[in-house]
Amino acid sequence: MNEILQQLTEASGVAGDEKEVRLLIRDLIEGHVDEWQVDTMGNLLAVKRGSGASEMRVLVDAHMDEVGLIVTEIDSDGTLKFLPVGGISPRTLLGKVVKVGRKGLTGVIGARPIHLLKASQRDSIVKTESMRIDIGAKKKEDATKKVKVGDKATFATRYEENGATAMGKAFDDRAGCAVLIELLRGEPYPFDLHAAFTVQEEVGLRGATVAAYATKPDVALVLECTPAYDLPNERDVSPNVMLGQGPAVYVMDRVTIQDPRLVRHIMRTAEKNEIPFQIRQPGGGGTNTAVIQRATTGIPAATIATPARYVHAPTGMINLDDFNNVIRLADATLRTLDASLFERT
Amino acid sequence: MELQRTLQKLIETAGPSGLETAIAEAVTTIWEPFVDTIERDRVGNLVAVKRATDSVESERPRPRLLLAAHMDEIALMVKEIVSYPKDEGYGFLRVTNVGGVDVRHLYGQRVTVHGADELPGIIGALPVRMMPDERRGKPYNYDELLVDVGLPLDEVRTLVSVGDFVSFHQPLRELLNERVAGKALDNRASVAAVAVCLEYLAGRQHSWDVVAVATAQEETRLLGAFTSAHAQRPDAAIAIDVTFGKGPGAKEGNVFELGDGPALGLGPNVHPGIFKALKKAADALEMKVHTDPHSRASGTDAYGLQIARAGVPTGLIGIPLRYMHTMVETVSVDDIQRAGRLMGEFVARLDADFLEEIAKEMMEA
Repeated sequence: MNEILQQLTEASGVAGDEKEVRLLIRDLIEGHVDEWQVDTMGNLLAVKRGSGASEMRVLVDAHMDEVGLIVTEIDSDGTLKFLPVGGISPRTLLGKVVKVGRKGLTGVIGARPIHLLKASQRDSIVKTESMRIDIGAKKKEDATKKVKVGDKATFATRYEENGATAMGKAFDDRAGCAVLIELLRGEPYPFDLHAAFTVQEEVGLRGATVAAYATKPDVALVLECTPAYDLPNERDVSPNVMLGQGPAVYVMDRVTIQDPRLVRHIMRTAEKNEIPFQIRQPGGGGTNTAVIQRATTGIPAATIATPARYVHAPTGMINLDDFNNVIRLADATLRTLDASLFERT
Repeated sequence: MELQRTLQKLIETAGPSGLETAIAEAVTTIWEPFVDTIERDRVGNLVAVKRATDSVESERPRPRLLLAAHMDEIALMVKEIVSYPKDEGYGFLRVTNVGGVDVRHLYGQRVTVHGADELPGIIGALPVRMMPDERRGKPYNYDELLVDVGLPLDEVRTLVSVGDFVSFHQPLRELLNERVAGKALDNRASVAAVAVCLEYLAGRQHSWDVVAVATAQEETRLLGAFTSAHAQRPDAAIAIDVTFGKGPGAKEGNVFELGDGPALGLGPNVHPGIFKALKKAADALEMKVHTDPHSRASGTDAYGLQIARAGVPTGLIGIPLRYMHTMVETVSVDDIQRAGRLMGEFVARLDADFLEEIAKEMMEA
């Protein structure tokens, strides 16, 4: 069992409320980094000193936050109204167990029993605004003792492994966080490695915006988790990536053309080290690379991701070989980084 | 017996309608200490007999009361093995429902596939933007949802067959106010209540034989109720099942507050004499009970029990439950305890004249 993935994915860290994850990561990297600090947004910024062989400043980013729910009102019957934080479809919410607030109070999202539904209701989506979280409270006063408006909720999903398959929530982007933790736990790089565990990616790439400004790196690598659409479908959706085919290397997404020099270096490194990889099909999506690349006067940046099925959902799935190969590829890419890669001739 | 732990064991054991082997074993472990015999019958019902315990010398056989609590649960069944790309890559399962499943709750559920091995899986689908335009704004359906066990196609083909059951996986969750949530509380809550009843009767004399049946295949077509009532020839019967709890999505009509006591079924499936006797038992216990009317079929084992052989006077006890037929069904543990004690008290009060009394009442002007 990969205990780091287990701890990270079972922790709650809805965008804007990442403290549990931040504290956990602090514990996991302490002793492996030379300094760390938390900025005003909640980003956890750590430095792992290099051997001194290179003067480059290198930023590696992984976001701590996940999509989730926020309590907006406590109803007279003691149930909780809520809204999604980040992209969560109402299709994913019915019949799920959630953990509410910092203390992780258990709640469930039920719905009208099928026996009492009209035929038209059976084929219509229940709107998030009409759903409620039920914590077992009998009335409002009962609930207000335990929950406050503004409390966040996440899915109460346990991490499980079955061979090379891992199932759990929030692989987006705790998988990236786990990769970054492994890099920090390894041997020093030629340069100082600036690790940024960032906040609020899911609500507009906000944490990385200030982390990139504060760090002012020469180059940045973003560690992500990207959706795999490798499911049977009559209509060819040309999946972006497939599980089990190795790390996904971004070239272009909805908002960013990744730095081509860095992308080329990543692919060559993979080939040289015989690490399987796949080029993420250009198209939709977006990562912290978007804001890092235009920070200050511009920063060469690219993204390597672990593919995951069913992101932004109660339970996702990754392939652990892919995950381990992201660690290998990120590590090898960083060890051979050289300023000459980025010289304009 | 620690009721919540008993309930946990019952709901965390899989028992899709038609695959009740594992749940029957779990129920056996729980009921066995309180009964004289326990065995499974030809359709999969679990039949336990607790013989009369009073000291009165009377000829056998004693009158028999049948208590029916169905042990099966709604589930899914594999209808097709598919892959992407075709004939390679990972294998996925298309499924259909076993019993009344609300398909809108399925995306993101953790399931167990009962193939050659028990395989953990999750239910997923492509994002709606990748589906045909006419599906936008609609919930996922069975043609779109997939069970993903994270295995290559060839392994899936080795381990899983079309026709294999898929059960929901959801541990018991504790909420506030002695409420618990999980899957299959419909109707393991009642199976647990029967255990409470049997334990109650260990401390009370009763002059009727009690036949406790954990029925099979209620969710599909009440198979266990029809067949066990025929086989056991009861003189009277009580079905115990869940009824609609008041809460989100069910605020009006015949819905009952959780933790406010059981609801006694009243309508065509229920003999008025049994209803009255249950009321009297509740009064004796100073227990608050509600009346849960049904206008046609009660949707419970009572429907089957009542018309076995020449007819069986039947009663119905309901345990209020929120979000019926979802994976987060919610009940009050107190209500289960009360329903069990109510049944026990009802049994303890049955005497040799009971049948004659309720029969006479049918013709009283």
